[in-house]
Amino acid sequence: MRLPTLGGDIACQQAVELITDYLEGALSRRERERFEAHLRACVECDEYLRQVQATIRILGSARPEDLDPVTREGLLELYRQFRSG
Amino acid sequence: MVRRLRSGDESAFAEMIDAYHSSMVRFAQTFVSSRAIAEEVTQDTWLAVLNGIDRFQGRSSLKTWIFRILANRARSTGTREQRTVPVDIEGTGTVDRGRFDAAGSWSDPPAHWSEEVDNRLSAGHLVAEVRAAISRLPEGQRAVVTLRDVDGLSSKEVCDVLDISEANQRVLLHRGRSRIRAALEVEMADR
Repeated sequence: MRLPTLGGDIACQQAVELITDYLEGALSRRERERFEAHLRACVECDEYLRQVQATIRILGSARPEDLDPVTREGLLELYRQFRSG
Repeated sequence: MVRRLRSGDESAFAEMIDAYHSSMVRFAQTFVSSRAIAEEVTQDTWLAVLNGIDRFQGRSSLKTWIFRILANRARSTGTREQRTVPVDIEGTGTVDRGRFDAAGSWSDPPAHWSEEVDNRLSAGHLVAEVRAAISRLPEGQRAVVTLRDVDGLSSKEVCDVLDISEANQRVLLHRGRSRIRAALEVEMADR
């Protein structure tokens, strides 16, 4: 989400919308410096960023369960049929 | 791996399904209405992979290629209304605007809980909440968040799988993550 050109200091409402671009390395150097300056001055936005990072960590631990043996055997059977057909 | 698959090495196929099948089923569920259909589409995808492996040219990673086939099949099977991943650039903010004052500063700032998350992670409750929150996301956000943050694909790989631009990928990722953070906020307040 692109915000209007950041003229001077950025407001919290703008800062929270820049977080993903910041984490993705998609901000220009100028934008990044402003964003980081805001975070240094704003404990709330700093916490918000940490919450987004925590969210990403939890998402990373939400991997699906291992393949169950019945499905696995079914897929291997499918493979054998494919190979012999 | 490609060479082993081409030569008909069953253990190579077994490694592939162990690594990807569950993730694929979950991803396919983004586009189809039930887990059973997602399983079916994923199974069809494996057959397409076996049929097409000789033509695989290695322009993308094998994983990206497989997920791309799956995305295309799941979309065309999709019993939901068919549409491309929306490019919704305008939109409103991802945080309720009522939480800011007229100058855009927090009037209702987030409570501090980011440091408690890791302690509570082992309970499994947060992961369950996050899974539920993912399932409530709109299709495009759900596809991007699942591939990027759950399955660990790179942004380039996600763009290749879903045929979207980097900018669009970031928008969808931003919205999706923001909604999941908001769901966690509710969960963390409730303690």
